[in-house]
Amino acid sequence: MIELKHVSKVFPTAEGGFHALKDVSLTIGDGDIYGIVGMSGAGKSTLVRCINLLERPTSGQVVIDGADLCAMGQKELIAQRRSISMIFQQFNLLMQRTCLKNICFPMEIARIKRADAEKRARELLEIVGLPDKADAYPAQLSGGQKQRVAIARALACDPKILLCDEATSALDPKTTRDILRLIKDINGRLGITVVVITHEMAVVEEICTHVAILDHGRVMETGTVEQVFSSPQTEAGRRLVYPDGVRIEQLPAANVIRIAFNGGSSYEPLIASLAIDCGVKVNILGADTRNVNGQAFGTMLLGLPEDAGEAAKAVAYIKNQPNVTMEEVRDYHA
Amino acid sequence: MLEFFNDPKVAEQLGYLVKHVPFAVWETVYTTVVASLFAYLIGLPLGVLLVVGAKDGIHPLPLPLMQAVNTVINLLRSMPFLILMVLVMPLSRVIVGTTIGTVGILVPLTVASFPFVARLAEGSLREMDRGVLEAAQAMGCSTFQVVWKVLLPESLPSLLSGFTTAFVTILGYGAMSGFIGGGGLGSMSLQYAWNNRKMVVLYGAVIVLVILVQIFQSIGSHLSVRADRRVTGRGGARGSRKQQPRQEK
Ligand SMILES: Nc1ncnc2c1ncn2[C@@H]1O[C@H](COP(=O)(O)OP(=O)(O)O)[C@@H](O)[C@H]1O
Ligand SMILES: [Mg+2]
Repeated sequence: MIELKHVSKVFPTAEGGFHALKDVSLTIGDGDIYGIVGMSGAGKSTLVRCINLLERPTSGQVVIDGADLCAMGQKELIAQRRSISMIFQQFNLLMQRTCLKNICFPMEIARIKRADAEKRARELLEIVGLPDKADAYPAQLSGGQKQRVAIARALACDPKILLCDEATSALDPKTTRDILRLIKDINGRLGITVVVITHEMAVVEEICTHVAILDHGRVMETGTVEQVFSSPQTEAGRRLVYPDGVRIEQLPAANVIRIAFNGGSSYEPLIASLAIDCGVKVNILGADTRNVNGQAFGTMLLGLPEDAGEAAKAVAYIKNQPNVTMEEVRDYHA
Repeated sequence: MLEFFNDPKVAEQLGYLVKHVPFAVWETVYTTVVASLFAYLIGLPLGVLLVVGAKDGIHPLPLPLMQAVNTVINLLRSMPFLILMVLVMPLSRVIVGTTIGTVGILVPLTVASFPFVARLAEGSLREMDRGVLEAAQAMGCSTFQVVWKVLLPESLPSLLSGFTTAFVTILGYGAMSGFIGGGGLGSMSLQYAWNNRKMVVLYGAVIVLVILVQIFQSIGSHLSVRADRRVTGRGGARGSRKQQPRQEK
């Protein structure tokens, strides 16, 4: 379990100090895939770097499985860091080492015998789907392949925790999905706790179980992904969850649903086939979707018909679509 | 043309060149190699210190210490190297017991070059991507491990090309040290040839120096490119040597 207790971080600046994190408290359970979302500059990277103390909090505690990292000496901290792996937006592979040697690196640091390390590294390459890239250099790989190698490297020393700082932000939507699936798969298979830092709600929706919304260094709300996505409680939450330009107060009082497209066929056919197959006409209240190579990503708010029966039919139909998630939008007018 | 070579004076000087150039080349190469070695022994760790201990480095050191190191290096760097070499001659007497000849010049040459080497290395090491160093720290590397296993190996291509620059510069310094008693090609051209107006010897020695520099520069550039894994499809040796045989396995 990861517990952040009243963590604050002040960066010294000419104007006296910049509060990047303000009294952040979070509890991340074992085996969770915990998303931390926020706009650029919200303090997400600073927060995740506080979890392995790459950044030392100005005040507060970082407690992992009952042990306070801030109170540890350098030796203990280094040992603790070996059970916390991290992957990055820029992959941060060693460019002068082959993929195999990159994966061996953390094991080298942990003084694991070379032959054992190489054997394990080959297994890991298998797991991340790159068994034939052992002797390639990172410069010879695509972005997605580099991130796979980084993930293999992160898994080398059997970590308890995997921190992902915008791990898919440099990748195209298709590769993003593959990488996210891999991370989810790893979480399921190995039970590793995953912390996912991102500015994209789609990423959270795709793999997270829990989410915290960070805004200007403060945690605005936390909860399961279903909770936060179906009824964001704060302005910051709504801004992230709903498509750009949608004003909550202008929505109808009831029968509004939010659908997220995670790479299925594009959204026009869905709305059209809803009309054709179910004879239900829905109203698009707002949309923020992109079509990438014929696949739809993004979110859309739909107004359902007043008739309860028709609405239920539409909901059932949408729920059956692959690569689409939906939840009801609660009424905020009250 | 033939007349030029038949001129007895010229013939005599050519004879001198043939007789003495091999040893002079040996002295020059020996001096340069040994001085470069010592300059790197001192300069490289200093370069690492300057990068690692900087305010934004991976292991910031007390500011006064860093300022002191920087000041000393700047001071040494701002002195014309020939003057600096003369200044440290007494040190040479203490360490190697002489101030002249190939051995006598090693200490002054080292002292004159290590600040330059430190700055060169600093420049190479600063190019290193900060994120990669942090990734290593996140994996539980100590500062020493980050330097030894990440910073230095990852900077190798740049360090090698810097080394080539340093080596050629030190070779030049060594040649100039002919003025103050150093041996080798420098002493041949500056002391013997110039003082005795043996222009053929002078030009001959200079031509040999130019050739030497060309050779070392080519070797250095080649090694630096070969060591660079960041760019694909460059350097024929890598593609054929590294990839093809291995993929068959
Ligand atoms: N070392 C630092 N010194 C000063 N300010 C910093 C430093 N690191 C981050 N910040 C500031 O803290 C804020 C949060 O940064 P960051 O955590 O990187 O945001 P995010 O990852 O959410 O985009 C930004 O405004 C950034 O400018
Ligand atoms: Mg960030």
